Amino acid sequence: MAVTDTGQTEVSTKRPSRLFKNIAAKIAAIPMIFTALVVFVGCTLWTIYHSFTRSRLLPAPDKWVGLDNYERLWSENRWLISIENLAIYGLCSLVLSLTIGFVLAALLDRKIRFENTIRTIILYPFALSFVVTGLAWQWILNPELGLQNTVRNIGWESFTFDPLNNADIVIYGVLIAGIWQGSGFVMVLLLAGMRGIDEDVWKASRVEGIPAWKTYIFIVIPMMRPVFVTALVIISAGIIKVYDLVVAQTSGGPGIASEVPAKYVIEKMFQAQNLGLGFAASTMMLLSVLVVLIPWAYLEFGGKKNG
Amino acid sequence: MVDATVNTQSGPRGPKPKKALSSTNVIIYGTLFVVCMYYLLPLYVMIVTSLKGMPEVRLGNIFGPPVEVTFQPWVKAWSEACTGINCEGLSRGFWNSVWILVPSVIISIAIASVSGYALANWRFKGSEVFFTILIFGAFIPYQVMIYPIVILLRESGEGITSVLKAFNPMLEAMGFEGFKTFRLMGSVSGLVIVHTIFGMPILTLLFRNYFTSVPEELFKAARVDGAGFWGIYFRIMLPMSLPIFVVAMILQVTGIWNDFLFGVIYTKPETYPMTVQLNNIVNSVQGVKEYNVNMAATLLTGLVPLVIYFASGKLFVRGIAAGAVKG
Repeated sequence: MAVTDTGQTEVSTKRPSRLFKNIAAKIAAIPMIFTALVVFVGCTLWTIYHSFTRSRLLPAPDKWVGLDNYERLWSENRWLISIENLAIYGLCSLVLSLTIGFVLAALLDRKIRFENTIRTIILYPFALSFVVTGLAWQWILNPELGLQNTVRNIGWESFTFDPLNNADIVIYGVLIAGIWQGSGFVMVLLLAGMRGIDEDVWKASRVEGIPAWKTYIFIVIPMMRPVFVTALVIISAGIIKVYDLVVAQTSGGPGIASEVPAKYVIEKMFQAQNLGLGFAASTMMLLSVLVVLIPWAYLEFGGKKNG
Repeated sequence: MVDATVNTQSGPRGPKPKKALSSTNVIIYGTLFVVCMYYLLPLYVMIVTSLKGMPEVRLGNIFGPPVEVTFQPWVKAWSEACTGINCEGLSRGFWNSVWILVPSVIISIAIASVSGYALANWRFKGSEVFFTILIFGAFIPYQVMIYPIVILLRESGEGITSVLKAFNPMLEAMGFEGFKTFRLMGSVSGLVIVHTIFGMPILTLLFRNYFTSVPEELFKAARVDGAGFWGIYFRIMLPMSLPIFVVAMILQVTGIWNDFLFGVIYTKPETYPMTVQLNNIVNSVQGVKEYNVNMAATLLTGLVPLVIYFASGKLFVRGIAAGAVKG
């Protein structure tokens, strides 16, 4: 395998300095280093810094105003509604998608027939975009012609389910769509974890005469803790990012009843021309991610061997 | 009693034959059937709605199959539906998405595979640190980085323009046309860069993990034979890792096709990807709502990822599971 290549001379013969050692790999890694340092670290710090400035239409790095933006943010009704919605949506979607995902994974784990077909059906919404998901459910939940009307036509005249017109429950309408789209992914994740559990555990519990559902709850779930934690982190990161689903399904309405922080940020930055407020809001989003991420990273990489 | 006789007849050896219709099975298959119905329902509703005419849609039975099948809504969604004053239909968004997708997928996979290869086989001082930052960066909400990237794209576009325009007097003297203003912000090339950046964490992780699993003896043998960084990459790693490239492609094609946020921020209306145009068509406030056309448009937009999903089968699962494996 004779390869005459520029990489060869540096690695096999003399090494002038540490910097030039392995130089081809370092050059090849420049895009990755750029992404990590300039975009992920640099841009994040830039935004955090500018959240303390009075930036309006343009960033104003010299107009330092301290915590002003944060005070205004937390006194604005729209932001408070966004946070409340995110809390409801986040909590429900965590609990529901983990529960549904686990139950479905357990059912599929029972060595059933047509497993592949059923998994394919449950997972397909995950391949669709949030825009498509949102628009499909917008139509199904359409108060005049959708589900509500269809059920009433069958004969249940008093049936009422119009989340998209009702500010109090609109976020649950978004939730239904979100669960439909994402729970298949959770199922696949948990099923993979379940398949990793030693067959002997099942044999032992069968010998002891423990029913299957008890085995799942008291033996399998505790054994799957790392998988659950990973799923939790991935779902949480997705929840905080939720944006296009709301834009497509409700456009934040009725009124501002289904606003979410991610949408708030984009609107402050690109429509309301209040960059400072947008930066402050996005910094709050980052903070909420860190609240989930840091304990996870600590548990995952800090406790045991070095990761 | 009945069970006992059956058992003695079939002999004591082998497992007890299971009844096909045990109550547990009924519960399991029954539940799964209902669940599958729930997951299929929106797709079914979209399809039947898109095949009905508007008078039939207004009757208000969304679950009923079309009495009279018409493909008119699909034609209209593809070539006539309006966003504002533009009435070219979704076809424009489709082609925009294709022009965004192809370079984004190729460039992001090329760069990420080389990065993953460097991280797996050519570690250098600090490489693991950069990788850790990259993985944690995947969890940063995009909203935090969106605005500074706007500035980065605008500034580097201007920088490239001034460099290019420096050659203009020379080019014009030679009779060629000079360079025009080059934009990264609000153009497809800018969006390609953005997709490449945000595809980096997951793809690099995918490739790094795969290349790490390649037997080290192969790598060492190639080194002994005098192959360098690129030699080993192109002659050994690349041919060996075609499956993982397919997984990466599935991941990127569906991810980029489904993107909405970056499309809406980093491009302008003429180059909006399909998802953005779809949203503008369906959620436009003007005119009478044509739900059948809207559903046809929605299905058209979902078609590309759906086809990839059903065609790729287990590879899709492998792709999304890759994100769950810790680095």
